[in-house]
Amino acid sequence: MSGYAADVAALARKDLLLELRSRETLPAMLLFVVSALTVFHFALPAGSSARAETGLLWIAIVFTALLGLGRAFAAEREQGALDGLVLAPCDRSAIWLGKTLGVTAFLVLAELVALPAFALFFHSLSWELVAAVALADVGIAAIGTLLAAMAAASRARELLLPLMFLPLVIPVVIGGVGASVAANPGSFLAFLGLYDAVFAILCWASFEYVVTE
Amino acid sequence: MIRARELSKRFGDKRVLDGLDLEVPRGGFVLVTGPNGSGKTTLLRLCAGLAAPTGGELGVQAPRAAIGFLGHEALLYRELTALENLDLYGRLYRLPERRERSGAMLERFGLWRVRNERAGTFSRGMLQRLALCRTFLHDPDLLLLDEPFDGLDAEGTDLLHQELAERAGCTALVATHDPGSLETRATARLALV
Repeated sequence: MSGYAADVAALARKDLLLELRSRETLPAMLLFVVSALTVFHFALPAGSSARAETGLLWIAIVFTALLGLGRAFAAEREQGALDGLVLAPCDRSAIWLGKTLGVTAFLVLAELVALPAFALFFHSLSWELVAAVALADVGIAAIGTLLAAMAAASRARELLLPLMFLPLVIPVVIGGVGASVAANPGSFLAFLGLYDAVFAILCWASFEYVVTE
Repeated sequence: MIRARELSKRFGDKRVLDGLDLEVPRGGFVLVTGPNGSGKTTLLRLCAGLAAPTGGELGVQAPRAAIGFLGHEALLYRELTALENLDLYGRLYRLPERRERSGAMLERFGLWRVRNERAGTFSRGMLQRLALCRTFLHDPDLLLLDEPFDGLDAEGTDLLHQELAERAGCTALVATHDPGSLETRATARLALV
């Protein structure tokens, strides 16, 4: 394994280990997404369109991700560990990539519960929906991790993160809902792929500047 | 090794460092003293590259891998054990035989018996010892130590003095409110106001 890949693997493994021990983020995400879908199930009138139902799934996914992102740098904040990582001679983008992999893993785990729950409450899952969710996870984790790092340095982090994150994930919701219900899902999936690529490169390249005062 | 000219740092309207000139030669041991808020911590963070100056010039002739930084916080993970914390840093610093080195550092600072306990269960003094293990783990050439004796008991203080004595060739910038015990080691003193 190359040095960079080994750094990323060590950092992602550390995040998974921390969550395994503290069990603070994933249970909250699971509880939130199932609760949200349950509320939507009772709130939506019978006979609602598939578009409306799918839209609510995407709202649940985005806010579940936001919940996880709010805690993404909690362990680093506690004892200033982010400074320790920034001081290490590894490429600073490895910190972002390791954290992004951890966030993606939590999001995927939450969706492994959310998607069957959605199928149970609303309608069956299509491959387009699953593909759109998988592509959206990458974009959400990439941009969300960068913004979470920026917010972590601020006193108003609880306020700042949603304010920065939600406008930037509107394209993900448009692409996700479009891919799930439109007649031509391919173009929406391609749009999500392009969004992932553009923001992943931007976040990867700019993380270095986010973590120094 | 460190050269600052007209170095300034401000946070919003507050000017913490204002036109500081500093030269620390290789092997120099500089005590940084001054009241709270005089910019000791900020100076160390600037030298470590954790913050960027807002004015002037700062040159530090040491790569990140050669800097040992001890801050106010331990820079450790509370949910990881002492050994896991050092192992993580050992990986990131690409240390050969990192497990052996981690074990040796823990033994040196009297933490070997608690190596498998989580850092979050440590007392303030034990956490400071673990932070010192992390600081010295990769044999740094440049030491940036902010209140290194904070929270240490008499034994911990002796261990740190011993460690500093063994690293006499290192360049060091040490911020402290209690310079007494380090006066004999110091080659210069910087008093911030």
